[in-house]
Amino acid sequence: MIRKKRTLRNLKESGIRSFFFLNGFLTILILLGIFALLLSSAVPAFREVNLFKFLSGTLWDPTSPIGAEYGIFSMIVSTLMVTAGAMVIAVPIGLGAASYLSDVAPWRVREIAKPVVEILAGIPSVVIGFLGITLIGPVLAKLSGQSSGLNALNGSILLAIMSLPTIISISEDSLNAVPHSYYEASLALGGSRWQTLIRVKIPAALSGIIAAVMLGMGRAIGETMTVLMATGNARAFPHGFFQSVRTMTSNIAIELGEVPYYTTHYYALFAIGLVLFVMTFVVNLAADVFLRKYQERGGA
Amino acid sequence: MKNRLLKPMIFAVILALAGASLLLAQKKMLQVKGSDTMINLVQILAEEYMAKNPKTPIAVIGGGSGTGVTALINGTCDVADTSRDWKPTEINQAWEKGVKVTKFAIAVDGLSIIVNEKNSLTKLSMPQVGAIYRGDIKNWKAVGGPDQKISLYGRQSNSGTYVFLQEHVMGNKPYSTDMKEMNGNAQIIEGVLSDEAAVGYVGVGYVLDKATGKPMKGLRVLNITKDEKSEPFSPLDKQAVDTGSYPIARPLWQATNGKPSGDVAAFIRWEVGPEGQKIVEREGFYTIGAKYIDMNEKNFK
Repeated sequence: MIRKKRTLRNLKESGIRSFFFLNGFLTILILLGIFALLLSSAVPAFREVNLFKFLSGTLWDPTSPIGAEYGIFSMIVSTLMVTAGAMVIAVPIGLGAASYLSDVAPWRVREIAKPVVEILAGIPSVVIGFLGITLIGPVLAKLSGQSSGLNALNGSILLAIMSLPTIISISEDSLNAVPHSYYEASLALGGSRWQTLIRVKIPAALSGIIAAVMLGMGRAIGETMTVLMATGNARAFPHGFFQSVRTMTSNIAIELGEVPYYTTHYYALFAIGLVLFVMTFVVNLAADVFLRKYQERGGA
Repeated sequence: MKNRLLKPMIFAVILALAGASLLLAQKKMLQVKGSDTMINLVQILAEEYMAKNPKTPIAVIGGGSGTGVTALINGTCDVADTSRDWKPTEINQAWEKGVKVTKFAIAVDGLSIIVNEKNSLTKLSMPQVGAIYRGDIKNWKAVGGPDQKISLYGRQSNSGTYVFLQEHVMGNKPYSTDMKEMNGNAQIIEGVLSDEAAVGYVGVGYVLDKATGKPMKGLRVLNITKDEKSEPFSPLDKQAVDTGSYPIARPLWQATNGKPSGDVAAFIRWEVGPEGQKIVEREGFYTIGAKYIDMNEKNFK
C-alpha cells in the first residue's frame, strides 16, 4: 500500500517537474525561433546587397527611380544618437530619484512616489509620441530657432521619459540591497549622509545600477512608435540633435506594411531587424553579466 | 475530482461552439485597402452605401497606395485604392500570381502644394516644386519667399502621392533626404500648420475646412503654373482641374482582381454613379469626366 502511494506521488512530482521544464524550454524555443526567422528572412538580402555596403552606406532609398540604395549607417547612427541622448537625460535623473527614494524620502513620500513611477511605465508609447508632437515639439522649435521641433532631441527626451521607470525601480532596489552595516559603519567613521551615499552606497550598488541603465537602454533602442511620431523621419545622415532623424525601428515600421513579399527590399528590412536584435541582445547580455556580479558580491 | 471538472468543461464546449457558429454566420466583409489620400473619401462612400445596403459590410483600411497594391497582389483585399497609377512591374507581379488588375477611376484629385500662412509666397511653377523637393532649392528667398531655410514635409515611400509627385513633378529623381516623411495627409497638414517655413503636398480634399468649405486657417494653398511663362491655376478651381489647366491633377483609382462581380461590382458602380459622385464633390474632390466614365464602363464588361 505504502509503495503504491509513494510511486503515485513520485509520478505527480516528475509530471509537474516536466511541465515546468517544458514551459522554460518553450521560452527558449520562442527566442531561438524568432532569431531563426530573422536570420532566414534576412540572409537572402545579402545575395543582392553587399554586407559591407549595407552596414556602411548612408543612403537608404529602395524605391529610388535611379537605382535602389540599401545603406543603413545613417539609421544606425540615428538610433545610437537618440538612445545616447536619452541615457544622458535619464541616468542622472533616474539615479537621483532612486537615491532620493532609497535614502532621503520620508515614508509617506515613498508610498506615493513609487506607484507614480510605476504608472509612468504604463503610459502607452503613442500617447508619449503625441506629447512629443504637440508639447515638446513647439518648445524645441523655439529653443533651436528652427521652424520645426521634430528632431533627435525630441526623441531623446521622450525615450528618457520611457526609460526612467526601469532605471529608477532597479537602481532603487540595488541601493536598498546594500547591507545596512555599510551605512552604519560609514556614519560611525564620521561620514555625512551625503558622503555615505556617494562614496559607499552607490559604489556598492554599482553593478545593479549599471544593469538598470543597460535595461533602460535596451528599451530605448527598441522603441518604435514614439520615435516614429516625434523625430521627423528624414533619411539624411544626422548632423546634430536639432535635426530630423530616422531610427532603424521607425524605418521597419514605415516600410514593412507595404513592401511586396520576397523582394530584396523585403529581405533588407528583415536584415535591419536582425541588426536591431543583435544590438538589443548584446545590451541585455551585458546587463545580465553585471546583474549577476551584483548578486554575487554584496547584494541580497 | 472528475465531477468537479465536468461542469466547467461542458460550459467551455458550449462557449466554443457558440463562438464558432457566430464566426461562421458572419458574412464575409468586403475589404478595401490602400491610399491614405482616398481613405476618408472611400470610408464615407462605404458608410453611405452600407446605410442603403445593410447586407454588404465593407471594411476600409489605409496604409498607403503601396500597401493596397501589395494586398491585391497577395489576395488579402477585394479592392485596392491607389492615388497613383499601377506600375508595369506591379501589374506583371500580379499577373504572375494569377491576379488580373482591373482599374476604375472613382474621383479626380488636384494635388495641392501648401505652405504656412505666414509665408508670403502665393505661387510656384512645377519645375520649382520639383527642385524644392529634390533638395536643389534650399531657401525660400530663391523662389520669392522670405529668407528662411525650407522645411520639407512629405509622405513615405508606400504613398501613391509620394510616387506620383516623384514621377510627374520631380522628373523621376530621388527626394531630398532632409524631407520629413510623415505617415499621412493629416500629419502633413499638422506639420505645415505649426511650422512657418514648411511646405507640404496633400490631396485637395484635406485642404478644406469641412465647416466653411474654404481652405483651413493657418495654411495657404499655392497656385501652380506649368512653367515660368504660363498662367497660375489653383487646385480649388474645378474648371482648371477638369480641363487639365491645373498641371498636377490626377485620377484616384480603385483596382480589383479581374472583372468585379456581385457586391464589389455593385459598390464600385454606385461610387462612379450620380450618388457616389455627389459625395465625391461634397468631400472636396472632383468628379470624373467623360473619358474616365467610358473607361470604367469598358472595364465593367
